Amino acid sequence: MTKKDVLLNIRGLKIEGKSGDDWLAIVNGVNLTLHRGEVLGLIGESGAGKSTIGLAAMGFARDGCRISDGVIEFDGTDLREASQDQLRRLRGKRIAYVAQSAAASFNPAHKLMDQYCEAPVRHGVMSRSQAEKDAVELYRKMQLPDPEGIGFRFPHQVSGGQLQRAMTAMAMSCRPDLIIFDEPTTALDVTTQIEVLAAIRDIVEQFGTAAIYITHDLAVVAQMADRIKILLKGDEVEEADTETMLSAPKDDYTKSLWAVRSFQRAEQAAPRDKPVVSLRNISAAYGPVKVLDDISFDIHPRRTVAVVGESGSGKSTAARVITGLLPPTRGEVLFDGEALPPDYRKRTRDQLRHAQMIYQMADTALNPKLTLRRLIGRPAQMYLGLRGRALTERIRELLDLIELEPDQYIDRLPSELSGGQKQRIGIARALAAEPRFIICDEVTSALDQIVAEGILRLLDKLQSEFNLAYMFITHDLATVRAIADDVVVMQKGRVVEQGPKPEMFAPPHEPYTELLLSSVPEMDPDWLTKLLEQRSRKGLPQSADQ
Amino acid sequence: MAHIWRMIAQRLGFGLLTLFVVSIIIFGATELLPGDFAQAVLGQAATPEAVANIRRELGLDQPVYVRYFDWLFGVMQGDFGTSLAQRGRPVSEMIMSRLGNTFFLAIYAAAMAVPLALTLGVLVALWRNSLFDRVANSTALSAISFPEFFVAYILIFVLAQSGYFPSMARMPAGADLGEKLYRAFLPALTLTLVVTAHMMRMTRAAIINLLASPYIEMARLKGMRPSRVIIRHALPNAIAPIANVVAINLAYLITGVVVVEVVFVYPGLGQLMVDSVSRRDIPVVQAIALIFAAAYVLLNLTADVISTLSNPRLMHRT
Repeated sequence: MTKKDVLLNIRGLKIEGKSGDDWLAIVNGVNLTLHRGEVLGLIGESGAGKSTIGLAAMGFARDGCRISDGVIEFDGTDLREASQDQLRRLRGKRIAYVAQSAAASFNPAHKLMDQYCEAPVRHGVMSRSQAEKDAVELYRKMQLPDPEGIGFRFPHQVSGGQLQRAMTAMAMSCRPDLIIFDEPTTALDVTTQIEVLAAIRDIVEQFGTAAIYITHDLAVVAQMADRIKILLKGDEVEEADTETMLSAPKDDYTKSLWAVRSFQRAEQAAPRDKPVVSLRNISAAYGPVKVLDDISFDIHPRRTVAVVGESGSGKSTAARVITGLLPPTRGEVLFDGEALPPDYRKRTRDQLRHAQMIYQMADTALNPKLTLRRLIGRPAQMYLGLRGRALTERIRELLDLIELEPDQYIDRLPSELSGGQKQRIGIARALAAEPRFIICDEVTSALDQIVAEGILRLLDKLQSEFNLAYMFITHDLATVRAIADDVVVMQKGRVVEQGPKPEMFAPPHEPYTELLLSSVPEMDPDWLTKLLEQRSRKGLPQSADQ
Repeated sequence: MAHIWRMIAQRLGFGLLTLFVVSIIIFGATELLPGDFAQAVLGQAATPEAVANIRRELGLDQPVYVRYFDWLFGVMQGDFGTSLAQRGRPVSEMIMSRLGNTFFLAIYAAAMAVPLALTLGVLVALWRNSLFDRVANSTALSAISFPEFFVAYILIFVLAQSGYFPSMARMPAGADLGEKLYRAFLPALTLTLVVTAHMMRMTRAAIINLLASPYIEMARLKGMRPSRVIIRHALPNAIAPIANVVAINLAYLITGVVVVEVVFVYPGLGQLMVDSVSRRDIPVVQAIALIFAAAYVLLNLTADVISTLSNPRLMHRT
């Protein structure tokens, strides 16, 4: 490629963020070159500065951030030197942005069409009626259902996957030279993710748009990008074309990213004991809305049952029924063969003690005003009656178990911990009650892969040490592969299929399980292409909602 | 739309219940006042016989619940009774002219204050932390920090002493609209100064609260002008809190303006109510209290309807 083809050229980019009264470096001198029509994948864990760099490519810094040094040259214009007016004329027209959560990034007060037409009309690219026609065309290209009508709906009337495609169409409205995709599929279910990925890839190819594709998911970026750049804490680690990066990563950090998915827990013997927890023909509803329909499964000591399904499939509701937060409309929950009272208020303290819970968002599940001593100490005190020195000893022991140095951590507040450490506190709090059964509700989905793996290993170790039974709610099949003994697949409040993991991962599958399994992105850069071909050959649906 | 009508009907039902409770509270409160109409009207000449005579004549010797239910049944048939102080004059007739005046002043003040507050609120949100923001904020804050009568006297000092506007707002009979607006200008301006700050600051806060939302960032990244980001993207989502604070202030303009009425000698409901309390003219007090309560109920209902209408998630449920 010649020099003329360079669209975006970033040199020595430094970005700082305000923390109290100080400016701390978020990005320390990153270089980036993007040619016309090229897709660059930016990969890194949270805090790597990938979104910040993406926004900087539009000459934009969020409140509390500033671009402190470097050159950002877009098609010959230095964006750092450009006036606000010049930047405004570029944004939306020549550089567009697709945000992580389409549901939050569409204005709830306006219809999709009004939001689509805003950029082309305001930037003087087309008239309103032209823009509307164009929108329908792009909606059709993005394979949205009812392309003529969907624009006249409000964002809340459209599903998440559809919104994400509508947002990509909106970014395309002025046929920009560059689009920044900021984790566009992270918030979606696997089966929905596929169609969005396919649609994005098609349209970017069709219009020859250059793109920066930001994500933390390697398998996803392998499908989308021509080149991949790896970031770690605001520093560039390495960059190479996709093939090379996947087959021969150079840097140790990159290799560790690649190796993450290798954790596989030891195979467990078939259950001999009777189950700790059994669900018997449970149906449940929120008011008139039925969410669980006649589900039954068992959870044995020392075994992990993974409950898989898309959002809205009833996984978390099942957990609420077991813990007694939502009394079922029909059926019963057995603990050691005995029926538990449906409402947690009617359960004995011991019944409550034996079923503990770990939550997805450790951030919101820990009271930010309490020190770890009190967070972990509370259940030990309440359920086991520990006091004084015995209590302190127990808290230290628990901190040891979750691999946090007691002296250093015992009097800290949750805000002084990292995401992974917070999740460890969630685990310690559950263990403090000395339960026999723990529900893990998407405990790793908010964490980076390396951190998540550490959590999975810890949970595994604790399970063999204390004979725990786990119910592991997740939508991530990689996690299921890593830790499950038994798998329960749920869809729309029903159990579609269940059984021991080896059987579940081997064909033949129920059609829905098949769809779910085949939708998990793989590292192979041709995976998406092959999958789509295969599905169209078999005449299988592209996704669950079409 | 059906659920809006259902909501309105339901809320009107609760409103009636509120009015009923208010009527009991007011009746009870007036019972607690020392003395009654008979003593108040006779003053120094109150011999026990004279007092007893008047009480018997007006039915004040009846037990409190009998008097209350008599009054309540009257009201339910649309009869607010007759004034005690102005023998035999129907309460509704006494209130009617005052009610018109009160509404005139409230609407006059609202017509100035609401657009002013909303415009200023949007502008200070747009130019937040600028000099304009700070000046507008501190001016508005000082205006509400002074007692109303003080603001009123300052305005009289500045605008009436110099002869631009009359300081007495009593209307001559048969005044046309222009004349009325001219005469009521100072009280309306006083009220405007008093209520603007609250609405302006709430508008500013409601808008700024939304500026961190992803859809605002999206609008900026689409290259929209700052004014469009605020007016088109933030404001429609801030209507609910703004409508509520406007409703509270409008209710205040109807019910809380007695001090301003006194300063400008403006014949409104507030003055009539205060006079009636001191004369122990209970039927008049009751009727005015009900009007005030109804104003609160209706304005809050209006605010809720506007909030619902402004929210597509409530309007277009799928």
